[in-house]
Amino acid sequence: MACAACAAVPAAGALATKALGDVQVILSLPGVHCGACISTVERGLAAMPGVQAARVNLTLKRVSVQADATVGEDALIARLGDLGYEAHPLDAGMLLATQTDQQGRDLLMRLAVAFFSMMNVMLFSVAVWSGADAATRDLFHWISAFIALPTVAFSGQPFFVSAWRALRAGHLAMDVPISLALILASGISVYETTQGGHQAYFDAAVMLTFFLLAGRYLDHRTRAVARSAAQELAALEVPRAVLLEGGHERNVTIADLRPGDLVVVRPGGRMPVDGIISQGSSEMDRSLLTGESLPAAVMPGAVVSAGEISLTGRLIVRVTAAGRDTSLHRMAELVAMAETARDRYTSLADRAARLYSPGVHVVSFTAFAVWMSLTGGDFRIAINISAAVLIITCPCALGLAVPAVVTAASGMLFRKGLLIKDGTALERLAEVDTVVFDKTGTLTMGTPTPTNLQVHPAGVTAVALALAKASSHPLAQSLAKALADRGVQPKPVTDIREVPGYGIEGMFAGQIVRLGRADWLGAAALDVTATYLAIGAASPVAFTFADTLRPGALAVVKALLAQGKAVHLLSGDVPGAVHAMARQLGISQWQAEALPAQKAAAVMAMAAAGQRVLMVGDGLNDTAALAAAHVSISPAQALDAARVASDIVLLGTDILPIAEALRVAVLARRRIKENFAISIGYNIVAVPLALVGLATPLAAAVAMSLSSISVTLNAMRLK
Amino acid sequence: MEMLVWLIPISLGLGGLGLMAFFWSMKTHQYDDPEGARQRILSGAYDDAPKP
Repeated sequence: MACAACAAVPAAGALATKALGDVQVILSLPGVHCGACISTVERGLAAMPGVQAARVNLTLKRVSVQADATVGEDALIARLGDLGYEAHPLDAGMLLATQTDQQGRDLLMRLAVAFFSMMNVMLFSVAVWSGADAATRDLFHWISAFIALPTVAFSGQPFFVSAWRALRAGHLAMDVPISLALILASGISVYETTQGGHQAYFDAAVMLTFFLLAGRYLDHRTRAVARSAAQELAALEVPRAVLLEGGHERNVTIADLRPGDLVVVRPGGRMPVDGIISQGSSEMDRSLLTGESLPAAVMPGAVVSAGEISLTGRLIVRVTAAGRDTSLHRMAELVAMAETARDRYTSLADRAARLYSPGVHVVSFTAFAVWMSLTGGDFRIAINISAAVLIITCPCALGLAVPAVVTAASGMLFRKGLLIKDGTALERLAEVDTVVFDKTGTLTMGTPTPTNLQVHPAGVTAVALALAKASSHPLAQSLAKALADRGVQPKPVTDIREVPGYGIEGMFAGQIVRLGRADWLGAAALDVTATYLAIGAASPVAFTFADTLRPGALAVVKALLAQGKAVHLLSGDVPGAVHAMARQLGISQWQAEALPAQKAAAVMAMAAAGQRVLMVGDGLNDTAALAAAHVSISPAQALDAARVASDIVLLGTDILPIAEALRVAVLARRRIKENFAISIGYNIVAVPLALVGLATPLAAAVAMSLSSISVTLNAMRLK
Repeated sequence: MEMLVWLIPISLGLGGLGLMAFFWSMKTHQYDDPEGARQRILSGAYDDAPKP
């Protein structure tokens, strides 16, 4: 479990190098999907002053921009927003490290070499099979040996290395029979060639290497994407705090803070530490920690926790806990604990390998022993047959069966806007029968919008707009945006000032006008989210707000219910808001005011009752539940701790792809099982032939390529 | 049969050439964005110097 502080350490270095001259900014663009998008984005960005070049990578759905240091990421994101594309900043320093994917290129090189030799050796093998005889056959065998032996030595290394590691650790991995088959096939073929024998398995050895490497490469790709996903989504922000020391403000890293220090938190800033407010008042957005959508007013003496956002006022906070001791960090540990429980999941491929590896060895050694006794100790025949058994049973299809399906499925889901971070996530997703949603930020956008603008007369809304425009409070900003969208013109309000923790006031036509909390204005507070406006002595009027639903929220719940899944709503918000949301979406099981530990406990209780839970959440308060669930999804806008804890990240704003993901996962699992059946089927036919000594190199080649090709084709059928 | 002396080295050489070409194309980042390349071929904008 990487905490925000650890993840940010390499980012600091990247930021330092970026300060000089041109910078390369990489942005994630979940919305690009076609050729027209490429030119819109590239032209639109290149037209900006200070931007030298912009290049879209459609495969990765990213754009990398070469720009002056003066052009901020925010400006680029705003420009892309105008063009109609949502964009998220990515950490260029971390991405450049993953781009040089040394291991992947290494595998691809070995794969290319294996392919080259396979084709060339096959040419000679076909000649031998079609009747090349005597000296010609021996010559062809020798040439094959000179191509195949270096190839097996070079391309087979990944298998040899991992087999050796498994043997030293004292267990039989899938790579042990593979390595044995490669070495035995090459060795016997060389011996047969020196003896002028009729049968050599050079083609089988290189073909085996090629197909297995292909599976290994696909597998690596899935993992590499997963790894880069985790890195890519690590936020760029460096956790720093402003330390107040002898009246001077100084920027320090959070690790340098000690209890008793005073830190300054500016409006809009995230609380870096746990502490007690010593000066100033503000409103705290605690939604990331508790899921509560309404900001809470805080005064000197109030206790604040790391991760909360101060909205309106400047605060001076006395540190009570920093770094590892903060409540934020304790929550991260809760996540780490829940995660270890999940690591025990064994994938279908692991289970197959566990049965397979010992089985192959037993069959092969039995064949050797039986033929030794049958032929009265003819070592050459016995070892030939035992090698043929190893070659034929070798898991070409088995090694390809899972990676091919996972690659096809994750590619398909990526195009729909879902990034799979974990290799076994698809399999676990296929088993899900219960879906648990968080409310704020997951089913909703997390931003409130005004609901009763039409009941207010034009004069009132014009004053409200003038006041709301001056505030950074989310309710005020949302009100200002909604009013401006309705074409309201602001009235001239003067002497506007923000009263931290309460609201905003100003002078209009000789009267004091105030926009803010109910108790400040002397109004009766409603039970829904609202802000109040008082003009002079007139009685205050209320602007009510509701959180907007995320696009696709209604459709996804409906689709999940139609798929026969149980859907739960688990929120830290007040019962009224949660109940309203549950009724609107048609969710019958809901729970409000759930604390982070209660959310995790609820998920664990469902798991204990035998349910397989998919948790969808975005906040820090969800992370423990995300980690405790069988499989978890979080939106890209979520806090990094939540994204790290989840298996799948939803890149776009629309939440509907989740239903699609469940459908694809079930299909993918079916394809994987079919692929296992296909490879077992080939073995059932081919192994008896090998055992009785009828398996020629030609039969081995045919069985191997047919089974590999049929599992790949079956994987591609995934729609 | 004497022609094999020529044909075998030639066939191996041609295959090796293909292998080298593949190494070169990989080293020059030509597989970084297959999806984009598929779309860009239809675009009228010329793109003589692709960025790495």
